[in-house]
Order: sequence, then C-alpha cells, then structure tokens
Amino acid sequence: MMDILIAAIFQENLALTSFLGICTFLAVSERFETAVGLGLAITAVQTVTVPVNNLVFNGFLIDGAWGWLGLPEVDLTFLKLIAFIGVIAAIVQVLEMVLDRYAPALYRALGIFLPLITVNCAVLGGSLFMVERQYNFAESVVFGFGSGAGWALAIIAFAAIRERLKYSDIPSGLQGLGSAFLVTGLMSLGFAAFAGINN
Amino acid sequence: MASNLRHITSPLIDNNPITLQILGICSALAVTTSLSTAFVMSAALTIVLCLASGSISLIRKHIPPVIRLIVQIIIIASVVIVIDGFLQAYAFDLSRQLSIFVGLIVTNCLVLGRAEAFAMRNPVWPSILDGLGNGLGYSMILITVGATRELLGAGNLLDYNVLPLASDGGWFEPLDLMQLAPSAFFIIGMLIWAIRTYWTKQIEVPKFSLRIDQVR
Repeated sequence: MMDILIAAIFQENLALTSFLGICTFLAVSERFETAVGLGLAITAVQTVTVPVNNLVFNGFLIDGAWGWLGLPEVDLTFLKLIAFIGVIAAIVQVLEMVLDRYAPALYRALGIFLPLITVNCAVLGGSLFMVERQYNFAESVVFGFGSGAGWALAIIAFAAIRERLKYSDIPSGLQGLGSAFLVTGLMSLGFAAFAGINN
Repeated sequence: MASNLRHITSPLIDNNPITLQILGICSALAVTTSLSTAFVMSAALTIVLCLASGSISLIRKHIPPVIRLIVQIIIIASVVIVIDGFLQAYAFDLSRQLSIFVGLIVTNCLVLGRAEAFAMRNPVWPSILDGLGNGLGYSMILITVGATRELLGAGNLLDYNVLPLASDGGWFEPLDLMQLAPSAFFIIGMLIWAIRTYWTKQIEVPKFSLRIDQVR
C-alpha cells in the first residue's frame, strides 16, 4: 500500500514522468492561488473517480462480468473509454454542485477549471493506468489519492517557480511558453531523483 | 480553394497546436522516445482529428448547445476506440509501446479544442481540412522530437543504426538523458525558442519588463 502511495506521488508522478494533464499544467499555473485550488480539485476528483471506475470496470466491463446473467461470453472491455469518461463527467458535475452548495468561495475561485477537469488527461489516465496495472479496490483508492496529490504537488511547485520567473530577464524567444517548458524539464529531472526511493 | 489551403498550412507554423496553442502536449511528450512510436501516434491522432471534426461538423446543426461537449466527447471516443482496436489487431507491439496514450487521444485537448473552436461553426470540408492541418502541425513537432531523441539517445533512426555506437567500435556515445522524460521538455522548449527567433511575431510580451537604467 505504502509502495503504491509513494510511487504514485513521487516516482511515477503523473505530470512530470507520464506527462498527463500537461496542457492544464502549463495553462493554469500563472497564478499561485488558482494552482492550489486546481490541485485540490484534481486530488478530490482523482480520489473518487479511480475507485469508482475500478468498480465499474470489474463489475460491468471485464471479460465474464455478466456471467451471473447467463452471458459469460460478453466482453465489454472495449467500452472502457466511454464508460470512464461518463463516470468522470458525472462525478465532476456532482462535485461542482456540492462545492456550489457548501463551499461557494472555492467554487467561484475555480470557475471554468472545474468542468474542464473532465477532459484533463491526468484523470482519465489515472483510471486507465489502474486498469493496466490491475489494482484491486483498496489499491485503487490509494493510487487515486496518491496520483492526484502528486499532480497537485507538481503544479503548486511549478506555479510558485513561475511567479518568481515573471520578474526575470529572459531572452525574448523563450518568454512565456518556452521558459515554462524548460522549467518543467528541470522539475522533471528533479523528480527523477526520487526514483531512488526504494524503502 | 486558396482559403481551404490556408486551413492546412496555417497550423503548421503560424498557429501550431503545440508550440502556440498549448493543445495536445501531454501525448506529444510521452510517445516520443523513438521515431516509430511518434509516427504511429501522429498518424492515429491525425486520422482521429479528421474523422471527428468531419462528423461533428456534419451534425453540428442538430447538436443541442447544452449537451454539445458530451456529444463531441462520445463521437471522439467512438473514433478512438476504432483506431485503438485497429492498432491492437495489426500492430500489436507498437500498441503495447504506446500503452494508454492511444486511449488518451479522447481527452487530447487538441481534438476537443478544434471540434469546439472550428468544426461547430464551419461546413464539413473546411473542418476536415482544419483537422488535417492541425494533425500535420502536431505530427511535425512529434516527429522532430522523436527523431532527435532516438538519434541522440540510441544512435538509431527507425531502429536503423545511423551513428556507429562506441560499444560496437564506432565513435558515438549515446546520451541516456534523451531516453528519459525530461529531455522531451527541453527539446520542445528549445524548438519553441528556435521558432520564435525566426518568426518573431510569436514572441509573448513580458508582463513586467526591466527598465534599461536598472539593467545597467
């Protein structure tokens, strides 16, 4: 369990080693506060969607899941993409309503980014990795939380660096996106050092 | 016809999805360790983009605005499932190497972004061309990065040895860094720098610039 958690946060960080959610990562890291909010939202969504998708996959889609209905040869695994996207969209919608009701301040701060989580590849990628690595339910809870927290850690650190970078004198061609890529590269190199953590 | 041609040529450099629009970067980085995976990924994405843009544009007048995102995602997901199945049937090894990244074309912001920004408002033929153009712009970056990484990281191009390796009596010592994740970021960053040095109008204006007398 601990292995999966540590690996998901550091060694296999979704943003910096699997490059998932990089579009949002680069686009939403201009300000520190929004980065923190988005990081928290992703962690919450990821912690819920990965286990739920685990149940959906093992309960409905996996080869032989309909055996109890007398349909043992039905294999719906090819539907996993559509099913996962549907689950993610539904959960994001629920999260949106819950936040609107109980934490309106955070809801307003996140604004447009909340619905956009649906198409963040980190969330779908988390679920697909869960299937590929065949995690059971408990492991998928840990993996969901760990990968979400790892992504949040990366974007918060990145936003902090970018805030400082705003005032620095960069060659004009590297201004903005170019320097963002180079900084992400350096961070990714830094996270590669965590690969040495082997309990 | 000239205007149609523009749909293909403008996303190549002037409006490149990766270096300017910040769309579809995730997959661009992960699959570029070798040239062959970059090729397959580019082809898969270009096909998905053309088909999805075309079919979304075809039914654009019948999609209710409230649920348009869901309709678009379902169309894209269906196309991706077909491509994924096709790759697993005819190129199983490559499909293993691409791992989850073919499936992730569903959430590739490039496909959804073009559907939302272009295909929803334009007729079928320009939408397909726009898809093709953006697909080619994406492929261009992917193939450049893939070629650089494979050449410097392993001395090969498409698994064919180009630079004789030191271990086989040649002179080239492979750079292991190129096979690791961070190198993709560095190469794309440098590529953006190179493009913007030549096409200077793409340069972003800094929000806070130093005054000359402070620099001295």
